[in-house]
Amino acid sequence: MEAAARRQELLPEIGSLETEAGEGRRRGLSAWHLFLVPMSLLMAFPFIWMFITAVSTLPETRRFPPSLPHAIQWHNFIDAWTTVPFDRWLLNTTIVAVASVVGNLVFCSMAGYAFARLRFIGGGTAFLLILATLMVPFQVVMIPTLLIVRGLGLVDTLGALIVPNLVTPFGIFLLRQFFKTLPVEIEEAARIDGASRFGTLVKIVLPQMKAPLATVAIMTLLWRWNDFLWPLIAIQTESRYTLPLGLAAFQGAHFTNWPLLMAGTLMSQLPMLIVFVVAQRWFVQSLASSGIKG
Amino acid sequence: MSAVTLSPAPPAAPAQPARKASRWERFLASDSLAGWGFASPAMLLIAVFGVAPIVWSVVLSFQRNNLLSQGTWIGFKNYERLMRDPLFAHSVRLTVLYAALFVPISIVLSLLCAVALNRKLWFIRLYRTAIFLPVVASTVAEAILFLWLFDPYYGVVNVALSKLGIPQQSFFQNPSQALYCIVIMTVWGWLGFSVIIYLAALQGIPKELVEAAAIDGASRWRIFRRVELPLLGPTTLFLVVYLSINALQLFDEIYVTTRGGPLNSTLVVVYYLYQQAFQFFDAGYATAIAYVLFLGILVLTIVQLLIGRRFVHYRS
Repeated sequence: MEAAARRQELLPEIGSLETEAGEGRRRGLSAWHLFLVPMSLLMAFPFIWMFITAVSTLPETRRFPPSLPHAIQWHNFIDAWTTVPFDRWLLNTTIVAVASVVGNLVFCSMAGYAFARLRFIGGGTAFLLILATLMVPFQVVMIPTLLIVRGLGLVDTLGALIVPNLVTPFGIFLLRQFFKTLPVEIEEAARIDGASRFGTLVKIVLPQMKAPLATVAIMTLLWRWNDFLWPLIAIQTESRYTLPLGLAAFQGAHFTNWPLLMAGTLMSQLPMLIVFVVAQRWFVQSLASSGIKG
Repeated sequence: MSAVTLSPAPPAAPAQPARKASRWERFLASDSLAGWGFASPAMLLIAVFGVAPIVWSVVLSFQRNNLLSQGTWIGFKNYERLMRDPLFAHSVRLTVLYAALFVPISIVLSLLCAVALNRKLWFIRLYRTAIFLPVVASTVAEAILFLWLFDPYYGVVNVALSKLGIPQQSFFQNPSQALYCIVIMTVWGWLGFSVIIYLAALQGIPKELVEAAAIDGASRWRIFRRVELPLLGPTTLFLVVYLSINALQLFDEIYVTTRGGPLNSTLVVVYYLYQQAFQFFDAGYATAIAYVLFLGILVLTIVQLLIGRRFVHYRS
């Protein structure tokens, strides 16, 4: 019960974030608008300008001072899509992101559960080792990882982007912390009723873990979708690029054709923008809890 | 522990050497089989892609290695060279300057935004969405976008400046401006994250504390300064540490915008490391740089935590 109380402490403070503002003041006009209006405009402006440029003609972007487009050039999106193998890159990024999300959900919850609930020989040491790898910056391990991936014959394949990312120390750590807060009594009851360890985990424990599992899924999705340095060194062939890699190459090749570039950049971010707008509450919760716990 | 014997043995548990039957039985009766069964897929992956590279990179940093042939052992030569490399010293100074600008600006601005967004106001959802949204932008998208905004010829920032009577600037192409443009760009990209963390922490402050202070006649400012700000201490410390670690590892934005230029004015440590490894194929030297970076991050984090311990009060 103490554990349940601890979880109560953890979750509402994150969960309440999006629903209502905390202060007791009444809704209405306030001096804060004088700060928030320019601040929001400043933050949103780059996106707005990206869209405006993406639907302009090339001569329109070369006017000084710039002006709004006289007609919306939707075909810029089609042009960007066909100038480069955009569909291929989108597919690659989706494959890598989805495979990594599934891998993390499965492997991190199994390992996290083991470290939280099962007392096994070497378990403590193994967990400490995982925590230690969490601290090492990626730059330290990237060259040996490249050599290992090459040794496994995965270099320049999507496997190079998927396999090393199937599990993250962050995911194991986050889920272990949340498993620890669940009341153990329900699990014990299920076990006495004859459920296996695995059955208990899948049917009893995981359904109580929706929020932390969503956090792992969203963070993995965001990291994999936007990852740049690792694909940059692990992938050479254009048809195996992910979107960030493709965009960087696109920018290098068409660096003055801003409407085309902005259309491509906007399209590459569209899936994440949509996910964010639709699931803003989950997104914000995930970032908040990953920050607090990670 | 009592229910364990009911479990059917999960597959793929690595066998532990058992000298005595009783020990083997104890092993079976404990959670060890289930534990290793559950943890082994993750452990295997982390051993191969997490632990092995750490060990290997130690070896690499003592080698001359071009990534293609077997390396040759050269002892501490890479580290000695590092100490005398003026370009490395330059990259360290740039990285520290970048972090020293990026972290405080991010902290102050995000705290201000979080306090403002933690209110019942008209359009609060709109404000929140606008400020959070850059969080989803990839570093590459962010960099391409800012290249366009800061374009010397047709960029919208120059237009705004010309309205103020300031002549055209070349921003990313100007050695004395490029790093500051990167600071502005990354502050924009990271702000939403810090605001979300601060906002979550602000809402975790018990309402009774704020109300009690208000009843005692404390002004809004005094409540913020004396009640809320101290309670945000642990969050501020976390953000300072987390943002500093990320600032010292800046790479993606540099790669897309300036590639370390113009005239090495944005040659931060990780970009220098990347050049050494993948343009000059000196993997040993690059790994030595990575280890020095790791050491720098570790020392900075420890110092920040020690300083934090003196000023940050945790709620009991």
